[in-house]
Amino acid sequence: MNAEVATAVETPVVGGDGRGAPAAEKQAALRVSGSSATFQPRIVGFLCNWCSYAGADLAGTSRTPYAATVRVIRVMCSARIDPTFVLKALAEGADGVLICGCHPGDCHYSEGNYKTMRRYPLLKRMLADFGIEEERVRLEWVSASEGQHFADVVDDMTRRIRALGPSKVKIALATDRAER
Amino acid sequence: MGESVATTKKLQIALYWGAGCGGCDVAVLDTNEFILDVAALADIRLWPIAVDAKYRDLEAMDDGELDLALFNGAVRNSENEHIARLLRQKSKLLVAFGSCAHLGGIPGLANLATKEEIYDRAYLHNPSIEPGNTTVPLTQTSVNGYRLELPRFHRRVYKLDDVVDVDYYLPGCPPASDQVKAVLVVIASGQLPPKGSVVGAGDRALCDDCTRTKTEKKVKEFKRPWQIMADPDLCLLEQGILCAGPATRSGCGVRCPTSAIPCRGCYGPLPGVVDQGAKLLSAVASIIDSKDPDEIDTILAGLPDFTGYAYRFGLPASLLQRSVRP
Repeated sequence: MNAEVATAVETPVVGGDGRGAPAAEKQAALRVSGSSATFQPRIVGFLCNWCSYAGADLAGTSRTPYAATVRVIRVMCSARIDPTFVLKALAEGADGVLICGCHPGDCHYSEGNYKTMRRYPLLKRMLADFGIEEERVRLEWVSASEGQHFADVVDDMTRRIRALGPSKVKIALATDRAER
Repeated sequence: MGESVATTKKLQIALYWGAGCGGCDVAVLDTNEFILDVAALADIRLWPIAVDAKYRDLEAMDDGELDLALFNGAVRNSENEHIARLLRQKSKLLVAFGSCAHLGGIPGLANLATKEEIYDRAYLHNPSIEPGNTTVPLTQTSVNGYRLELPRFHRRVYKLDDVVDVDYYLPGCPPASDQVKAVLVVIASGQLPPKGSVVGAGDRALCDDCTRTKTEKKVKEFKRPWQIMADPDLCLLEQGILCAGPATRSGCGVRCPTSAIPCRGCYGPLPGVVDQGAKLLSAVASIIDSKDPDEIDTILAGLPDFTGYAYRFGLPASLLQRSVRP
C-alpha cells in the first residue's frame, strides 16, 4: 500500500506526458478496493513513441480529463511490444493492458504496426484460453493529434475493467504458491 | 547393495518417475551398452521402472547419501511432491530430467483445465465410461478394516523447481540419448557446471542447427503437416507448417524437422527468454502476409489451439502458468 501511495504522489496532477489526471481521480486511485464502485483498475499502457505517446501528451497539455488508471510506458514502436510484456504485466497484477500505435500506413518504421496488427488477435485468443477476459487487453491506433481519442479510450477501458473487477491472475498464482 | 556402498566409492544414484510417460526412463535405457558402464560406475539405489527398491529404503537413507538424483516427470500429486522433497534431501545433486521436470511438459497442459473438470472428464463423463458410473478414486478408503490411501491430486501441475531446489536441467521430450550420456559422463567426472545450468543442450535457436533452406518468411495460409507434401529442403514455417524452431533451444540434433515433422518446442525457451509461447506467438504472427485485419483473422484460423502448441511442453513455466478460471 505504501508503494501505491508513493507512486500516486509522484504522478503530476495534470502531466504533459500522458500520466496526468484530475486531483479527484488521483485521490480515488489511493482507495484501491475490490468493490466495483470504488475499484480503480491499474492499466499498463504501452505507447509508441512517434504517434500514440505524442497523442497522450496532447491529452495532457490540452488538460483533457481522463481516468488516472493508466501507467504509460513509452516504446519506440508498437512492434516493440513483445507479447511477453503483456503477459508479464498481467502476471504481476495489472488489471488491464493498453497497446497503442500509429494508424496503419503511418508507422515511422513503415511496417512495425502491421506486425502488431497480426500479433494482437493471436494474443487475444491465447489470453482467452487462459480465462482472461477480452476487455483486459486492448489495441488502439492513436495518432499524435488524437489526444481526445486517447482520453476516451482510457475512460472506456477503465469503465469496462471496473465492471469486471480486479484481475484474477495474481491471486491465482498466489493461491498456487500456498498449495505447495 | 548396502555392503557395496560401505566398501566402495561408487556413485550413489537414484532415478525417479513423477507425472510423466516413462519415455525419459527409456531415453536412459537408449544409451544402450553405456547403461552397463553406469551400473559398473554407480549403485542405482532407486529406479522404479528397473530396480526393486521401495520408498522406505529412500526414507531410511542419510541426508546427502545419494550423489545424484535424476527426476523425470512433473509434479501432479502429493506423491510426486513427497518423493521430490525426499530426493532433494537425500541427494547432493538433483537434476530435472526431461521436459516435464524442466518445464511441466505435456502434463502441464492440464493447467488450462480445472481440477474439477479433469476429475469429471476422467471418472464421470467420458465416452469410455459406463453411463451412471459412480466409482471414483478417494484419497482415503477402508477395505476389510484396512485404511488405504491414494495421493492427493494437486490443483494444478508444477515443474520440479516449483517444489524443490534444482541443480541442473536436462531438457527434451525425451532428452537425446547422446546428450544423456554426455551429461552423465561429465557429472561422474566431477567437473560440474555452474548450479542452475541447462545441460545437454545448445544455447541457440533450433533454426540455427536446422539445415533446411531459409529465405524471407511470408505466409498466406497455415497448413497441418498431413495436408501437404512438404518440400524436403525448404523451411517448414515458410511452407505454412507451424514449427516452434524459432522459439526453441537447440541441442536435440534437429531430429523432428529433419524427418519433416515440425519442431514442437520440447527443448524449451532460449537462454534469457522468459516465456517460450509468447516468443513463438511473436515470430509466427509476424510472418503473416497480410495488412488486412479480416484476412489476418482468416489466416490465423488455420492455427487451431495455438496456445496448446506454443506451450506444449512448458505451460507451468510460462508467465501465466495456468487458466484463471475458478
